Amino acid sequence: MSSRRGGSNVVAYVVLGVGGLLMVSPFLYQISASLMTNAEVTAIPKRLLPETIQWGNYPAALAAFPFWDQLRNTVLFTVIQTVCQVLFASMAGYAFARLKFAGARPIFAILLSILMIPAELLLISQYQIVQNLGLLNTIAGLVAPGIVTVFGTFMMRQFFLGLPRELSDAAKIDGAGPVTTFVRIMLPLAMPGVSALAIIVAISSWGAFLWPLIVATYSENMPLAVGIASFAGEHETDYPQMMAASLVVMLPVMIFFVALQRRVIAGLAFSGIRG
Amino acid sequence: MRLVRARRQHDGWVPWAFIFPTVVGISAFYLWPTLQSVYFSFTEWGPFGGTTWIGAENYLRLAGDPQVLKALGNTALYTAVTLLSIPLAIWLASLLNRPGLRGRTFFRILFFLPVVTVPAAIAMVWKLMFNGEFGVINYVLSLVGITGPFWLQTPVVSIVAVAVVGIWTTLGFNMIILGAGLQTIPDELYEAAELDGASPVRRLLHVTVPLLTPSIFFVTTITVIASLKVFDLVFLMIGPTNPVIDDAQTLVYLFYDEGFLVNDKGYAAAIGVVVLLVIAAVTLVQFRLQRRWVHYE
Repeated sequence: MSSRRGGSNVVAYVVLGVGGLLMVSPFLYQISASLMTNAEVTAIPKRLLPETIQWGNYPAALAAFPFWDQLRNTVLFTVIQTVCQVLFASMAGYAFARLKFAGARPIFAILLSILMIPAELLLISQYQIVQNLGLLNTIAGLVAPGIVTVFGTFMMRQFFLGLPRELSDAAKIDGAGPVTTFVRIMLPLAMPGVSALAIIVAISSWGAFLWPLIVATYSENMPLAVGIASFAGEHETDYPQMMAASLVVMLPVMIFFVALQRRVIAGLAFSGIRG
Repeated sequence: MRLVRARRQHDGWVPWAFIFPTVVGISAFYLWPTLQSVYFSFTEWGPFGGTTWIGAENYLRLAGDPQVLKALGNTALYTAVTLLSIPLAIWLASLLNRPGLRGRTFFRILFFLPVVTVPAAIAMVWKLMFNGEFGVINYVLSLVGITGPFWLQTPVVSIVAVAVVGIWTTLGFNMIILGAGLQTIPDELYEAAELDGASPVRRLLHVTVPLLTPSIFFVTTITVIASLKVFDLVFLMIGPTNPVIDDAQTLVYLFYDEGFLVNDKGYAAAIGVVVLLVIAAVTLVQFRLQRRWVHYE
């Protein structure tokens, strides 16, 4: 049976094993370098492992930039953006999928056309708006454009369209209004879609770079993704601390991914929004 | 009777309340900025704010700007190199899809991990690995007798190095999409090909790839659009202070540089419009060519 697609799986194991090791080797090197002395990282001939493990690099790295402020900014940014996008996208997606109102089609078409506009084109204008509102260097300014999402609205609409219509019809016959039907029946059924969207938004918010780079100019107002870049600029040559700090910044996302890998992969595959 | 039915067809104020946040937010932060950005591209910005209408001047300027041409070339090179992740992903996905293979979840995690990293944090690691003096990459090359270049200080080479990281971060995602496509190919086709004496390579090229074209089209479109917009890796791995940046910048980097470092926002807006036009043109061509090579059931 196993010969059906040509020979044994030995080649597959070797290729996937070596390939997989290559894929994670940057992380392995990062861990190793974060535990070396700076002299060891820059040593020639090259060292791949530390002589004695330098745990002290971690507290030193976190003390060298406003890590805790930036962690708080990142958590707030990620949580607010995720909650708002998921809530508003579910509501709008449900309305476009299942509720009847005049103008639904043209409004939805206009929203969809936004998907084609690269976000970069909008930066100058969005920056002006946030600046005029006096929101530079605030969490509100960071999340402002990311409170709503066309992509998520579209995704949730598709999801609601896939749910059986009989359920909402039955609820209507039982006298439930559209709000009750949405909250009590449709939203619980849409949980796989909701969690997929939440995962996508949470991961991309944690790593978001260009918009936060523009909006947050003081290091205590930055999220970690921007903070780590300016930290690297200021500590250009302290490689172990840079590696330690960048590892700490990535750790929550990686734990999140490994714990929920099935859902994360399904969610991202469903979307294709990366990049 | 007709009146009653007409009234029941609409859900009153509820849908409006449901779409209200999205419509207001999208109008304020996406629709209006789209129009405004196009307007900005026809203006010049004074040093203390205020814009002056200057017609097509920004566009005439960028048509003759060697920086724009170079950025276009670098963006194209970055995109071309990153696209190598697709054949690689097809091969790996077909290996991962083999019947009887154990540890599928484990391999999937290994390959997918780079997709979920924080770009700013992982760029630090790659920057160190690409270091010309003591980077791991040149060390490994030296083991086989190759003297590696100063990757991030050499024109052309630097953008290729950044694109390698681009491949690394997209490979896992493309593998998953293509793997899902592979599962829709019926086993009988492989059995028939095998009865005809087709080798594994021929089966890959004549059965797998043709039947996978819808998925290949999807990942190609996504990879190209994302590559045309590359910014963070260029900014983080090469960066504004590196002398090679003038030779390594991509379109969106140039946009950022003109808009937020040089602070020439009118000119930057014009570059932004060019980015939009390039993406629109490339996507249109892809959809046109699609008819020639994508087979739907």
